[in-house]
Amino acid sequence: MNIMNLLFNLINGISLGSVYAIIALGYTMVYGIAKMLNFAHGDVIMVGAYICFFTMSRLSSLFEPGSLAAMAVPSLAGVVLAMIVCTVLGVVIERLAYKPLRQAPSLAVLITAIGVSYFLQNSALLLWGSEPRIFTSVVGSGSIQLFDGQLTITYTSIVTMLTCVVIMVVLTLFTSGTKMGKAMRACSEDKGAAMLMGIDVNRTISMTFAIGSALAAIAGALLCSTYPTLMPTTGSLPGIRAFTAAVFGGIGSIPGAMLGGILLGLIETFTKSYITTNLYDAVVFGVLIVVLLVKPTGLLGKQIREKV
Amino acid sequence: MMKQLSPARKRLLDNALTYGIVIVAYLVLQLMSNAELLSSTLEGQLIPICAYVIMAVSLNLVVGISGELSLGHAGFMSVGAFSGVVATVALQQVIPMDSLRLVAALAVGAVMAGFAGFIIGIPVLRLRGDYLAIVTLAFGEIIKNVINCLYIGVDENGIHFATSQAALVLAEGGKAVVKGPMGASGYSKLSSFTAGFILVLITLAIVLNLVHSRAGRAILALRDNRIAAESVGISATKYKMMAFVTSAVLAGAAGALYALSFGSIAAKKFDFNASILVLVFVVLGGLGNIRGSVIAAALLVVLPELLREFYDYRMLVYAIILILVMLLTNSIGIRQFLAQRFSRVGRILSKRAMKGVEN
Amino acid sequence: MAKEFQKGKMVPVPSHSIVPERDVDQMPVLECSHLGIDFGGLTAVNELNLTIGRTEIAGLIGPNGAGKTTVFNLLTKVYQPTRGTILLNGKDTHGMSTTQVNRAGIARTFQNIRLFTNLTVEDNVRIGLHNQVRYPMWDGVFRLPQFWKQEKVAHEKAMELLSIFHMEDLAQHQAGSLPYGAQRRLEIVRALATNPRLLLLDEPAAGMNPSETHDLMENIIKIRDTFHIAIMLIEHDMNLVMGICEGICVLNFGEVIAKGTSEEIQRNPKVIEAYLGSGKKGG
Repeated sequence: MNIMNLLFNLINGISLGSVYAIIALGYTMVYGIAKMLNFAHGDVIMVGAYICFFTMSRLSSLFEPGSLAAMAVPSLAGVVLAMIVCTVLGVVIERLAYKPLRQAPSLAVLITAIGVSYFLQNSALLLWGSEPRIFTSVVGSGSIQLFDGQLTITYTSIVTMLTCVVIMVVLTLFTSGTKMGKAMRACSEDKGAAMLMGIDVNRTISMTFAIGSALAAIAGALLCSTYPTLMPTTGSLPGIRAFTAAVFGGIGSIPGAMLGGILLGLIETFTKSYITTNLYDAVVFGVLIVVLLVKPTGLLGKQIREKV
Repeated sequence: MMKQLSPARKRLLDNALTYGIVIVAYLVLQLMSNAELLSSTLEGQLIPICAYVIMAVSLNLVVGISGELSLGHAGFMSVGAFSGVVATVALQQVIPMDSLRLVAALAVGAVMAGFAGFIIGIPVLRLRGDYLAIVTLAFGEIIKNVINCLYIGVDENGIHFATSQAALVLAEGGKAVVKGPMGASGYSKLSSFTAGFILVLITLAIVLNLVHSRAGRAILALRDNRIAAESVGISATKYKMMAFVTSAVLAGAAGALYALSFGSIAAKKFDFNASILVLVFVVLGGLGNIRGSVIAAALLVVLPELLREFYDYRMLVYAIILILVMLLTNSIGIRQFLAQRFSRVGRILSKRAMKGVEN
Repeated sequence: MAKEFQKGKMVPVPSHSIVPERDVDQMPVLECSHLGIDFGGLTAVNELNLTIGRTEIAGLIGPNGAGKTTVFNLLTKVYQPTRGTILLNGKDTHGMSTTQVNRAGIARTFQNIRLFTNLTVEDNVRIGLHNQVRYPMWDGVFRLPQFWKQEKVAHEKAMELLSIFHMEDLAQHQAGSLPYGAQRRLEIVRALATNPRLLLLDEPAAGMNPSETHDLMENIIKIRDTFHIAIMLIEHDMNLVMGICEGICVLNFGEVIAKGTSEEIQRNPKVIEAYLGSGKKGG
């Protein structure tokens, strides 16, 4: 185990963890406010990645190869368009499938979310086929060489980590500083009381889904930039892992999602390179179980005392 | 108005109806099968239907009756499947008779899954609500992952375990049964529709009798109001564990039945999606409603087969049906809308909707 | 400190105790000393010392938020106390769970009724009989003779208990569908089914009309006389408290401000102040 190797894994782990963190934010925000596990979130990521992929491949032919415009425009357009489509998709899903179930038992909502997940996967299968697409990284395939080429850091990793930091800062400012952010926190504490204070709960929930889905689009583009195989099922496994990350950090907590995501990425990367290549899933989930046993509401989750 | 029946009598009729449906369905399908009226795909689905019915009923014990959401039920099916397969191969010489060996394999599958259920139950049942759910999901994934890396072989010296093909050293004449990601293969198909049917009946008897007994009442009490149940001296850990382990035992038997109806089986068959599939049966059949689980599981296993003509669209249709059913049965707004349009049907529905609010 | 207390087992005589004379020679059913709990930084109950005689009917009163229900939660170990000892029949309940405390002899009702609403009235009582009428799980699953025998016993006992409040006819109704008063009575029956030595009633008369309350008072005394148990109740209806409680403990801001018989309590200036504020008018 040499030091360069360690650093390399550390950076890869944080980068992968950043993707998980961005996805986990979508889970955690929706859980915090609507108290539901949105199992379709992973599939919104997949849709985002497809939109990004098609936009990029359509636009890249319009520009002269190698020019700056050819590098920047398709990627930016792809990510922005994916964000728009996913935002709309997220809001529409919430309106049609989840909103009618506000009063329903949580299990009914969970099954509906699973239904939506199947729906998205199978729609993608019909629309775009089952053959894997090879995604080209949104930031190009280059990398930085450090220490005489002993340490390689891809642009994708750098951009992923930076994006994660930016999102974290913006979201923190948003929830603590803006009116909408405060409304969100109020709704997650007590919807009834928030309503009595004149907060439009439905609009706030829509907004939460919009933000979560836009983040999913970004996560989709970044995820496929790291792991370039794109299929209709691409979103589901990272979705489950990110969901684990959200629980790990304490579901409902935004810093928790960040922390959980990055820790999960690190554990996964280090297990793969130093312990076992086959059993990393078992290790990741094993750590989750241990954490929950020690802290039953996750690392940064709030402890709630039952009122008798 | 119908005459009011006493709950005890109603329960008796209710249970009789459940058993009746299963028995009639078996007889009809068996006759059709003998007369070669069943399509070959449906014929092939008979044992899986039995296995999934058992899975749904056993999961209902945890989710509906005990009130804890489990997202890793397929893990127990997996444990039962692989231990059952290994048992049939290992017992080949000891029990030459196929039907007896099947019984032994089912028992081994059930015991091993029950053991796994107990081990997993210790940490899981300390948690509540969504956190409990996520840990069951985690265990389901761990079981899948571990079995995926497991190599098991049988030779004259007994059963050998290893974590790679190379490490699995067997004596002359030995046989590698489970080969990591390749799964298990090279065993004889022992399951039969009749065996599946009997196992379904046993499952129903165990679950229905358990629910209507002292232990079952304790489990129901804990679901309805945990604090009140503890205040009358019911140990939450003990009875939650009882439901969890019983459910795992039944799932293990179902797994062995399922695996032994095919010539080979892989761990990835029992993933998160399989757990969710069974959960969908339970929810659509109605939480705590055993007959509902039986019917929902049987219909939904067959449904994709019936939709085979629309092969490309069948999973999409399945998804849409799932969403619509959940909306129709759970949305108060939609029910009230229907109630106005179709007053008779709607009235029943909206009555149930109001009940949903109270609960 | 606690151990010392446990050994020299003597009922503290009158000055501090409010134990009725007939119970003085017997070991008290409950003795709490220095009981307290903190939630985070907040002290909800502090320095609670309480003795309840074998067949005493005791009252726990105090303004809203005084910590009365918290005391019940401490006694039944819904919350684990931060400080102090609880002796039940002379046995320290330290480290016991709610379940174990119930088996050791404390049963309770809840302020916000906690019935098993989806089950029938009879099943609610049978669940209360859980540790009284027993048979192993397997006898139930395989319907062995023991199952039929014990189920019959449970049925008879349940009906007998329900007859205290004349609720036999409601046995097959769903518990959640009963009127409010009947739900409160059912909760008492369910608690009695666990065969307690001490019954804790949390606002048993809440939501009852005067005639129902009157019946309840008679029934509480009847329960004490039939089962020879101690009863402690939290209640805001002063007619009920002053009418049947032999000893009363007044709580304010988590601390005991007065103890004594109903006459003593009614005269106590601290109690008057706690209830009516410190205005000079008096009450």
